[in-house]
Amino acid sequence: MKNEFKIIANLLPDQSRVLDVGCGDGTLMEFLIKQKNIDVRGIELEEDKVKQCISKGLPVIEGNAEIELGQFPDKAFDFVVLSQTLQAFYRPENVLDQLLRIGKKVIISIPNFGYWQVRASLLFFGKMPITKSLPNTWYNTPNLHMCSIKDFYQFCEKKKIKMDRIIGINDEKISSINRANLGMKNLLSEVGIFLIS
Amino acid sequence: MNYKIENIKQIIVTKPLKLDCGKTIKDFSIAYETFGKLNEKKNNAILVFHALTGDQFVTGSNPITNKEGWWSNAVGSGKAMDTDKYFIICANVLGGCMGSFGPKDINKANGEPYGLKFPVITIQDMVKAQESLLDYFKIKKLLSVLGGSMGGMQLLQFCALYPDKAFSAVPIASTSSHNAQQIALNELARQAIMADPLWNKGNYYKEEKIPKNGLAVARMVGHITYMSDKGLQERFGRKLQEKKDYEFTFDADFQIESYLRHQGSLFVERFDANSYLYISRAMDYFDLSKQFKNGLVEAFQNHKTRFLIISFSSDWLYPTRNSKDIVIALNASGANVAFAEIKTDKGHDAFLVDEPEFLKTIKGFLDSNFEIFKNEK
Repeated sequence: MKNEFKIIANLLPDQSRVLDVGCGDGTLMEFLIKQKNIDVRGIELEEDKVKQCISKGLPVIEGNAEIELGQFPDKAFDFVVLSQTLQAFYRPENVLDQLLRIGKKVIISIPNFGYWQVRASLLFFGKMPITKSLPNTWYNTPNLHMCSIKDFYQFCEKKKIKMDRIIGINDEKISSINRANLGMKNLLSEVGIFLIS
Repeated sequence: MNYKIENIKQIIVTKPLKLDCGKTIKDFSIAYETFGKLNEKKNNAILVFHALTGDQFVTGSNPITNKEGWWSNAVGSGKAMDTDKYFIICANVLGGCMGSFGPKDINKANGEPYGLKFPVITIQDMVKAQESLLDYFKIKKLLSVLGGSMGGMQLLQFCALYPDKAFSAVPIASTSSHNAQQIALNELARQAIMADPLWNKGNYYKEEKIPKNGLAVARMVGHITYMSDKGLQERFGRKLQEKKDYEFTFDADFQIESYLRHQGSLFVERFDANSYLYISRAMDYFDLSKQFKNGLVEAFQNHKTRFLIISFSSDWLYPTRNSKDIVIALNASGANVAFAEIKTDKGHDAFLVDEPEFLKTIKGFLDSNFEIFKNEK
């Protein structure tokens, strides 16, 4: 299981109720059920991955989060997890509003467009970056709304969203992000994880 | 339609059952069949609910028709519902014509077949009648309940009535409420039966002159609705039936015509016209949300049952939209729910035919849930 999932799992208390939006093949869900006895649900867009999840006995519904989140009641989950997908939605702001509506707390991770390798690719080569967390070429990327950790931080401030914790990941290294080190961490983190409410 | 009763297993339900129409029935028969073996812990039982024209002969050879059971593609040794592993039970529905209490049975009060004197039944009545089988086999909790189309309606009703009796549930290509189009198509079939002069207001048993033509048309209507536009076109297109050119008559020039006529004629040999009226009526009356003050959400509130909802992309009779409504209600009530739409051209019939993606999904779901159920305290 990738480092990011381990960090997300650590943020989730045992036996809580969690929705994994864009749950993929259910790796994180399985871990949460087995290791933390968490009551978890999933939504996934890709039919094949949905079927993989169902075959493992995971409660996953096939659908587009941009449409499906509306069916859940307010505060239906203790936590809603969205891993590196926000930037792929047509209307990320609407999705974020929905996440905050149905979850008491939300964990969002973003591939950081402010990461030094991304900046270097544009600055030195004048080309769209291809990195570990941004593996696609410009013409086949699902990402529509790239942002940096700093962008998302300021976006939360503007929307008066409470940021309970921010974690930066660079390979195996994990660090806590706050207002004071934001500029530096925005440069050094490949992925940012935000616990917000 | 005539069969030897010794081929059919029956229980007699002695407990009075108050029907939704207000009448009470008791000492009535429910015919059933089982496949596989019930294990010692009795935790490997699956109750299958059949669709409108189905019966209890799910798999293997149907002793009445001598044809393969209707779900032979899914049920059997090594199949999605593996009879080496699971104990499959299926009952003929109340109102049916394969040994369960239905309109062709003799009314002991006057020695005549019931015909239209048979009480109008609902999906809920069917389900309550079948629940007696759990007592009969002394099964506290089923591993799963499965069913397509009307079978799905029955299992939704079952789960709403008995929240603790199914560990998991798989409604396939189904709905929680019959909509206008579904009622309209059923009405079309019923009108075809009732327009046949031999139907004789349901009183046709004695002379053995059964309303074959009307019932065959009803079946043809059904068959069209079970297939998709694309599926029909690919299979039949404008192909002619064993001829080179049009004959300029009203005989079956086209293969599709011949196919429908054939299906119609097969059907009348095994199905009772009055049963068709009663069962299709039960489907039309089905609206689970109506049974609860706060609608469908309340039907599954605080339920532990693990649901898998399945729909088929080309099913226009019970489209994905209907399945989605169930998913939405289950999610709103906090239930444990999975949902997949299987991409196929096979229309509503996809749950009956060999559709590998569908069968694989069911198998994975059942096997993984069996593991969880076995380890449950």
